[in-house]
Amino acid sequence: MKLKNTLLMAAACVTAAGGAMAEEMTIVSWGGAYSKSQLKAYHEPYSAKSGVTILNDDSSAEAVAKLRAMNEAGNVTWDVVDVVASDAIRLCDEGLALEIDADTQLAAAPDGTSASEDFGDLLVSDCFIPQIVYSTTFGYRTDMVGDTPPTDICAVFDLDAYPGKRALEKRPINNVEWALLCDGVAKDDVYDVLETEEGQNRALAKLDTIKDSVVWWSAGADTPQLLADGEIVMGSTYNGRLFSVIEEQKQPVAMLWDAQVFDLDGWIIPAGLSEERQKRALDYIMFATDTQRLADQAKYISYGPARASSAPLVGQHAELGIEMAPHMPTDPNNAQNTFLYNYEFWADYRDDIDAKFQAWLAK
Amino acid sequence: MAALTPISRKPLSLVLPTVAVAGAVAGMFVGASNGSVVLGMLGGAIAMAAVASVYITILKNEQYARWINIIGSGLLGFLFGGLLGGILGLLAGWFFAFFIYWMYEGRYRRKLLPYMTARQVFWHYAFRVICGAIFTFLITPILVVLPLSFNAQDFFTFTPEMLRLDPEGYSLKHYRDFFSNNEWQRSFKNSLIIAPIATVISVSLGTLAAIGLSQSHVPGRRLIMGVLISPMIVPLIISATGMFFFYSDIGRFLEGTLGMNKNFVGYVKVVLAHAVLGIPFVIITVTATLVGFDRSLTRAAANMGAGPVKTFFSIQMPLILPGVISGGLFAFITSFDEVVVILFVGSASQKTLPWQMFTGLREQISPTILAVATILVVFSIALLTTVELLRRRSERLRGLSPA
Repeated sequence: MKLKNTLLMAAACVTAAGGAMAEEMTIVSWGGAYSKSQLKAYHEPYSAKSGVTILNDDSSAEAVAKLRAMNEAGNVTWDVVDVVASDAIRLCDEGLALEIDADTQLAAAPDGTSASEDFGDLLVSDCFIPQIVYSTTFGYRTDMVGDTPPTDICAVFDLDAYPGKRALEKRPINNVEWALLCDGVAKDDVYDVLETEEGQNRALAKLDTIKDSVVWWSAGADTPQLLADGEIVMGSTYNGRLFSVIEEQKQPVAMLWDAQVFDLDGWIIPAGLSEERQKRALDYIMFATDTQRLADQAKYISYGPARASSAPLVGQHAELGIEMAPHMPTDPNNAQNTFLYNYEFWADYRDDIDAKFQAWLAK
Repeated sequence: MAALTPISRKPLSLVLPTVAVAGAVAGMFVGASNGSVVLGMLGGAIAMAAVASVYITILKNEQYARWINIIGSGLLGFLFGGLLGGILGLLAGWFFAFFIYWMYEGRYRRKLLPYMTARQVFWHYAFRVICGAIFTFLITPILVVLPLSFNAQDFFTFTPEMLRLDPEGYSLKHYRDFFSNNEWQRSFKNSLIIAPIATVISVSLGTLAAIGLSQSHVPGRRLIMGVLISPMIVPLIISATGMFFFYSDIGRFLEGTLGMNKNFVGYVKVVLAHAVLGIPFVIITVTATLVGFDRSLTRAAANMGAGPVKTFFSIQMPLILPGVISGGLFAFITSFDEVVVILFVGSASQKTLPWQMFTGLREQISPTILAVATILVVFSIALLTTVELLRRRSERLRGLSPA
């Protein structure tokens, strides 16, 4: 009897707790400092304004696979999902994401510029609402490079001048481009060369020269940890992670902005939500991607806002009080030599080059 | 144990190589932290052999040799490694002073039987060294976590301040983060809701199943047993994928057709999935206890007019309780530790502690995970100790000898 009562009571508690939270939405993102910046800049003000409780699910890394499975099971539990642009393009092609009309469903800039113009080229897919511009770039230990800190991306491939381990992401994207750049290919020709079999082999051959000194990472948190440990001399990761290592954790690390690769991150809304949930998700998106909100996020993490109209509003870091503009990947000083990630190329060649890269890794 | 064997001094040809081997093992750790394992081993072996031969052939006084060794190696450690190095040096110095004379005076034979051959003596100690090594490898990874959770930095790194035992290098901020951070608190609460309910379900169903399957007249009981135990044998990822689709349908039915609350349904799904994972552990432990259960007791109870339910609760249950409890503990830990099935079946509002630790580890290597791990280790030790104490107490009360 006692047992039964306890069970019933527990069940009642759960139901009551569930019932009390009337409106709820699940927002999927990357976790860590990035989710925290979204919590502060978007979720908290939105909850205060609308009374909707927001649940965080840090599953963006497997968003595509999970959305496919959810869709197949007919049980989509996510309301808004944060993904990188290439994932958004895939999801949109597969019909797993809702198409958005930028001009009617997103807020216009304060001066009246329409959203589609404000975002400009960054609207790379009909389903994708860009949020930030981030870059993948290198950080190095200032105490391990001697008197001549690296200024050039090719330092990564120069084992004589900068001996020691370097961390690279365990996938071909970015790595093969950097390899070709340092093998003497002009920036504009990189993707033409990569289209060919010889070009791909050439990139891998260049990577082969440093293979023994590479630590391969797969999570954005790996390189910061390795740098803090002094296990590596330099390593690639997202610029916001390096910002946190340098400015928040005060580690002896500096940025090598040269040949940084820009990429976009933003929202999609899963297709197949109930009408009520879709309406709420659209309302959230309208709020969270307006000019002020995008600029607010930059107070917590050093990623550039995707709207042109947000850039002048970027201020100081909320806790450290330092100016954020010089830490943005889009700042003119940092963006002297940037590399543009080619979505179409990678959409076409990703599986091929991935297989080749993995085979090379295992060799 | 009193001395069994009269002892005699051993020749240097035996003492020095043994001491050198011990020195090499110690040197390996020093060498590994300084970059070269081989150099460390060589250096340790030569240094210890040299020190031992000086003590034995020149100094010839054990008391002096011991103090010289302790203080000398403590000082060396302090010079190279600061306070922590000093402490380790003192310990190593004490050990080697003891070890050199233990070998030289032949004390290692004192408590062994006099007729043991050299080979038997060797294996006697080699066995203990191997056991000690296995124990060390099992426990060190857990122990490493404890000091790191007090790190003042946000990395999994022993900072120089920590190695100097400087209070600046330590802080409780990761513990504060765990207790103040909403995400951690929510997942902790979820774990505390899901694990006990799943445990109660697995214990009730598992015990019933075990009792039923122990009756010899049940047809096909081996097959049924195999099916019931399969969640333990089938790779978890496969069960999880299957459960995802299975519970999606159930969830749709409960939500859509019966109109139940979405959150409540989410908890029901996870609790059921975890109960399924826990049942095999209960079945196995209860079946094992039932082997020693005397069936004539149930017949005696029936003879005196007790119904099957009464018999079960007053006769059988108290006797098999230890098996039920340990099965329940396993079921609880299975649910509390589970990270694969919850990732598939659960949604964000059912996020449990292991899920939060998993994403935290992948997206941000934050020592908050270590703080949580430390709390969990302490919690599990407390839990196991309590259960063991209760068991001994009940045995004492029932007049059985304490195990």
